[in-house]
Amino acid sequence: MATTYEAIATVTVGSGGAANIEFTSIPATYTDLLVKISARLTGSNEAILINFNNSSTNLSSKRLYGTGSATGSSNYGSTVYVGNATGTGDTASTFCNNEFYVPNYASSNNKSVSSDGVTENNGTTAYAILDAGLWSNSAAITSIKLIPNANNFAQYSTATLYGIKNS
Amino acid sequence: MPTTYEPIATTTLGSAQSSVTFSGIAGTYTDLVLVAQVKYTANPSYAGIRFNSDSGTNYSNTQIRGNGSSASSGRNTNAGQITGGSYTTGFTLDIFNIMNYSNSTTYKTVLRRGNQSDDVAATVGLWRNTNAITSVSYIIDTGNLDTGSTFTLYGIKAA
Repeated sequence: MATTYEAIATVTVGSGGAANIEFTSIPATYTDLLVKISARLTGSNEAILINFNNSSTNLSSKRLYGTGSATGSSNYGSTVYVGNATGTGDTASTFCNNEFYVPNYASSNNKSVSSDGVTENNGTTAYAILDAGLWSNSAAITSIKLIPNANNFAQYSTATLYGIKNS
Repeated sequence: MPTTYEPIATTTLGSAQSSVTFSGIAGTYTDLVLVAQVKYTANPSYAGIRFNSDSGTNYSNTQIRGNGSSASSGRNTNAGQITGGSYTTGFTLDIFNIMNYSNSTTYKTVLRRGNQSDDVAATVGLWRNTNAITSVSYIIDTGNLDTGSTFTLYGIKAA
């Protein structure tokens, strides 16, 4: 049986921090993509947004979240979010634990995104977040960029891209 | 390193049909994952998955969902399926994690993540049956699963 769940690339942020994390030249040889994120920001806790193929258009998402004391849902008409990253207001040395799944990323259909994320930090507020995203574009995904809604990724933040084959 | 995440079967619909079934599932894995990117041709009363062709009211679901403006939670007992998506104009992305599917002593539990243009949801489901799961069906009661819908079943092995 062929290996079907393969690590394509990992990015670890260095001591200077980084404005984004990007995976490029993604081959079309898989069926689905999965990205796992462990990240912290240089400023406050913020959402992480993604772009495909450096396109910032035709993006939308829905969010369902709990904070530990409240629940809510949000609608975003021009952004796909994939959870939040912890920040300087959260307990030191805690990083978010997020992942998002993109099926049929090389097909000519619009691209769906399913994301789960948490920012548990033994503090007063922590987020548990489900995001459903859509990139309304028929192009095959060849690159993915992760961008904090504000601030930069802090040192030791990591993201790993996996490819999953259905045969 | 042993392979622990294996594709069992996949199908892409060349024409609309009312269900997709993966049968003859071996008991050699620990868990199953069904990834369905599915479009419905009509607004159903229900859609979702069934095991071993059991269409009885032997399932139950508890769900939390958000529609972009508010969060809600609900549950249904004595249901006829593990809940899937609801009608939307685009594709629904349903990911079902089916734990310990091959044991013959416990009822079977499911975690589902649902994603569509007007809804994000998480569901916990239960099938009140101790039989090992040997088939999984994605079903819809009204209309069909549309052309271009994709379904892939993966098996996951514990070490």
